[in-house]
Amino acid sequence: MSAPVVIFAVGNPSRGDDALGPECYGQLEKWLKNENLADQFELIEDFQLQIEHALDLQSRQLALFIDAGANTPAPYTFRRIAPATGAACTTHELPPEAVLQVYVQTEGEEPPPAFVLCIRGETFALGEGLSTAAKHHLDTAFGLLAGLCRQPALAAWQAAANENPE
Amino acid sequence: MTYQLETAAHPETLRRVAIDPVSRVEGHGKVTILLDDQNKVHQVRLHIVEFRGFEKFIQGRPYWEVPVMVQRLCGICPVSHHLAASKALDVIVGAKKLTATAEKMRRLMHYGQMLQSHALHFFHLCSPDLLFGFDSDVTKRNIVGVAAAHPETAKRGVLLRRFGQEVIRVTAGKRVHGTGAIPGGVNKALTIAERDELLKDVYHIVQWSRDAVHLIQKVHTQDPGLYNSFGIFRSNFMSLVGHNGDLDFYHGTLRARDDNGKIIFDHVDYQQYNQYIEEEVRPWSYMKFPYFKSIGKESGWYKVGPLARVQNCNQISTPFAEHERKEFVDYAGGSPMHAPLAYHWTRMIEMLHAAEVIKELLHDDDLLGSDLMVQGERQSEGVGVIEAPRGTLFHHYRVDENDIVTMANLIVSTTNNNQAMNEAIRHVARCYLHGHEVTEGLLNHIEVAIRAFDPCLSCATHALGKMPLEVELVDPEGRIVHSLSRS
Repeated sequence: MSAPVVIFAVGNPSRGDDALGPECYGQLEKWLKNENLADQFELIEDFQLQIEHALDLQSRQLALFIDAGANTPAPYTFRRIAPATGAACTTHELPPEAVLQVYVQTEGEEPPPAFVLCIRGETFALGEGLSTAAKHHLDTAFGLLAGLCRQPALAAWQAAANENPE
Repeated sequence: MTYQLETAAHPETLRRVAIDPVSRVEGHGKVTILLDDQNKVHQVRLHIVEFRGFEKFIQGRPYWEVPVMVQRLCGICPVSHHLAASKALDVIVGAKKLTATAEKMRRLMHYGQMLQSHALHFFHLCSPDLLFGFDSDVTKRNIVGVAAAHPETAKRGVLLRRFGQEVIRVTAGKRVHGTGAIPGGVNKALTIAERDELLKDVYHIVQWSRDAVHLIQKVHTQDPGLYNSFGIFRSNFMSLVGHNGDLDFYHGTLRARDDNGKIIFDHVDYQQYNQYIEEEVRPWSYMKFPYFKSIGKESGWYKVGPLARVQNCNQISTPFAEHERKEFVDYAGGSPMHAPLAYHWTRMIEMLHAAEVIKELLHDDDLLGSDLMVQGERQSEGVGVIEAPRGTLFHHYRVDENDIVTMANLIVSTTNNNQAMNEAIRHVARCYLHGHEVTEGLLNHIEVAIRAFDPCLSCATHALGKMPLEVELVDPEGRIVHSLSRS
């Protein structure tokens, strides 16, 4: 039996602020356990999104993608996304919208409602830790995330997205 | 040394075209093309800045941390770095021969990695070009386009990827940040439940891999004029070969051949790799250019990866893949095939071999054993080499008496293919861009050549907010006169 909500946290812990996704994953995992909410969520951490993540969307009521952002608004953006195509130049990238589209094409149905929490990063150099600015962005974003996890329902998440325009 | 089209005589008078596929803060590649007023090509260069800092990242760390931390060098093939580092550190801890369980667990992990990486490459990158054509609508040339037009093909690609990831998960302990291989062995064996779960699917995986070989073989042989010549260049080639010259991704000795297939060196213990290979630094690129010392910089460069491996081995140990290898060799007519698009065909032969090996290993009770580790006399230096999905991968470390890594040298597959990729795109530029107005379709031809090698462009880093693909024509004063972009 799948948990009703799947949360993907994406990034490389050793690439500066690209660690925002994994860092958020670690904090969220502990928080969900403390709040006795862990059974409602499946958390998936990975370096980057790939086509097989479409299979993790099966039988979900909601999906959330958490990732660092480069040159995106601070401290974060929270928005609903829809399936969309994108041109690929390398196997080393796949946006969340394309994961949804792979789901549509391979499963023959619409994916669950999906949202992106994009936390702004500042530096992405190999071997660097999280920047001070990114830590602040994460703290702010985690407040939103906790609220979302307390109300894992489309209406509540949509309302949050409406309040946090890009 | 100047290669044809590497350096223009008077670059200040030329227009510059930049193809910037991933405009990331760290880790991106770019192609720059200098054209004159008649659109004649004078200079073509592939720049990859990804590999700065790898060695510095590793130096100063305790050696036992290295197999885990090097996975963060590449999000697509972390297992390759994990295993190459572990093999180098086996030497450091004096583990001359691993236990049967340890070696087979590592081999299973690695072949799972090859399967998932090759599946991703074929279904995500290569098949869009092959199924729709290089000049087709850009919105179709991606995995989503493939899924729309060929849903069953795309679904299989996703499931092949998932199966390979499951093999990695059960052998490495986790889907990411696994710790399966450690210096001297492994830290877990397979459970019966894990083995049985994989056995349920492996027969489909073998069949789908066979179908993928036949699909790419059909595409290639239906248009030999294109597929046998697109981006072609002749070069030496190199790979590990296993016992009796078998194709082997995990272990063996180094073998190199010249462009006619004649052996340059063979049975070379990779601990001595730096007696055979040297790396040249060129001022315009952060990435080095390796070459065979015995031949020299000018002609000693080489290609690695599936096209090199399948033609460098004497045979493949598994029956279906060996049959397909023979078909490929027969098609090539008895001499080495050098066409970059043949990488796709050979990549699928390798994916089939990986699937067959996984099936064989899952029937081997050694995977369920409990003898996981060996140690021996401590050494201060070790080299580990494996055949990663994109080609030969070298990890070389020195460790001091306090167990700290004092020297690290990595030659990754993309570096080994550096000159080869540059040669391929120069050929394409000469054939398709020279004298023509630059269009998105023409520029995609350059990318098709790059995609054949699938270089690591943004290893292990992914963030939202990237720029779309941008192509800019810049005049000698630096003004943008024309631009193309993807969104």
